[in-house]
Amino acid sequence: MDRTLKALAPLLAGLVFGIGLIAAGMTDPAKVQAFLDLAGAWDPSLALVMGGAIAVALVPFGWAKRQRRTLMGEPVQWPTARGIDARLLGGGALFGIGWGLAGLCPGPAIVALAAGLEGVWIFVLAMLAGLLLVDLVDARR
Amino acid sequence: MQIDWPSFTPMAALAGGVLIGAASALYLLLAGRIAGITGILAGPLAALAQRRPLALQRPQLLFLVGLLAAPLVWRLFAPLPEATLSAGTGVLVAAGLLVGVGTRLANGCTSGHGVCGLARLSPRSLANVLVFMGAGFATVYVVRHVMGA
Repeated sequence: MDRTLKALAPLLAGLVFGIGLIAAGMTDPAKVQAFLDLAGAWDPSLALVMGGAIAVALVPFGWAKRQRRTLMGEPVQWPTARGIDARLLGGGALFGIGWGLAGLCPGPAIVALAAGLEGVWIFVLAMLAGLLLVDLVDARR
Repeated sequence: MQIDWPSFTPMAALAGGVLIGAASALYLLLAGRIAGITGILAGPLAALAQRRPLALQRPQLLFLVGLLAAPLVWRLFAPLPEATLSAGTGVLVAAGLLVGVGTRLANGCTSGHGVCGLARLSPRSLANVLVFMGAGFATVYVVRHVMGA
């Protein structure tokens, strides 16, 4: 049972995550852009998606911070980066511009791809190229 | 600021958010990992590019399979909600590159920094979220209200 659960947990997490994105309306780029359009007809929905997600995750994340291992006995892998630097802030700025231009961020783009949203494959291919590009440049330094 | 009340879907947004938060908690408590889609994509992608074995990326790959299966499972029970992607090819290429480069540089996006990072009270994530939100607001403002697209 434990081994099956351990193997299936990431699959289940991805599925529930994707269902949540669809239910929230976040796989519709027009709705995401309507949230980002403060000066137009503003749709605040996205704020409640993030607020709801953070509210639910707050207690389990706080609890996990005090544990060495997961419920399945695996080590918890926390991000190790520290400090607020140009890479973090510049990356955020580039991401925000792309997010505003298309109304897509990585999770919803993947779900929209599987849902067959027309044209989204172009965004996804370019996004994967962008991810690899950073690795390539980093490797040469 | 003028709220578009007919388009505002507070209950669906909260319900979807709760599922996203629960999925992130599940991934952390059972797999010991941060449910950040940037890392989940970049890990296996880098392994492929460097011809490293994909076996170490199993949790990420399984999470991706789950994400891709979500609309198919949804469709078993209900039609998928309407979605509109209005950007043309050139904009999609530029936006995709910006999102890929930006999230890889910052090590996270709306999920890793926005949901998980804020839920674990990370100052780095808060800084990143404030910047990408600001850039997103500014971009849509310029495109819609300055350039008038």
